[in-house]
Amino acid sequence: MSTAPADLERPETEERAAPDLPWVTIVWNDPVNLMSYVTYVFQTVFGYPRSKAHQLMLDVHYKGRAVVSSGSREEMERDVATLHEYGLWATLQQDK
Amino acid sequence: MTFGFRALGGGVVIDLDADEADILRAMAGLVLDLVEAPPEKEEFERIVGIGANTEKPDDPVLARLFPDAYGDDAGAAGDFRRYTEDGLRVHKRENARSLLDALPDSGGGRVELDLGGAHAWMKSLNDVRLALGTRLGIDEETHDAYLRGEDSVPETDAAAMHLYDWLGMLQESLVEALFDAAGQQE
Repeated sequence: MSTAPADLERPETEERAAPDLPWVTIVWNDPVNLMSYVTYVFQTVFGYPRSKAHQLMLDVHYKGRAVVSSGSREEMERDVATLHEYGLWATLQQDK
Repeated sequence: MTFGFRALGGGVVIDLDADEADILRAMAGLVLDLVEAPPEKEEFERIVGIGANTEKPDDPVLARLFPDAYGDDAGAAGDFRRYTEDGLRVHKRENARSLLDALPDSGGGRVELDLGGAHAWMKSLNDVRLALGTRLGIDEETHDAYLRGEDSVPETDAAAMHLYDWLGMLQESLVEALFDAAGQQE
């Protein structure tokens, strides 16, 4: 439960459950996508420097998954949709 | 002749022989067969850009090409699919169409692609490899067994695996050429 002061003016909605948690985009390892390709996609989609894109790719490959971006739910849905265009196995979830 | 793509003036270029061009033509056709165009929509659905489908495809190949966006929330995954799957279908078909259109009409020849064309090819080659890899049940183990020439790999699969490898090398060369083209080689 958040200890932040309650915003009394705002009407209650179902979305209030955990309003402060950001959303994250996760890319999962799969045996088909090439390592160089995944690096190139992270650079192209997120504008990351090659070193960061390469490190994220290694995390996906060796740890099985990596958080590649975070932000609002809408932003993460856009990121996931873009990564699906590139054929990466991407999902979004609230950062818990 | 050097295999694969190389950078050329901000874009990429490849010299294909007739067999290679034939294979790529067939592979792009495979994507167009596999990924059906979205059905015609009612006026309202067309305006707001939503489709009818909320279910992950049963076919493992299509399930890999159109994965769930939410791993732990089937309802949200269904909603996401309803709003995005038709667009993704159109995108994948356009990429395959770009690949087909850039190939020589018949036989082999040179293909020059600008950055946009190269990205369309790269994504479509990836779709083909995802489809083939999923169908073959490729994982690190089976692929290594094939590369070691082990008998456990059936002959029919070995032919498909050879094709899968060739497509992988082609895509790898394209990615490297794009890194070169962007001057990002470290």
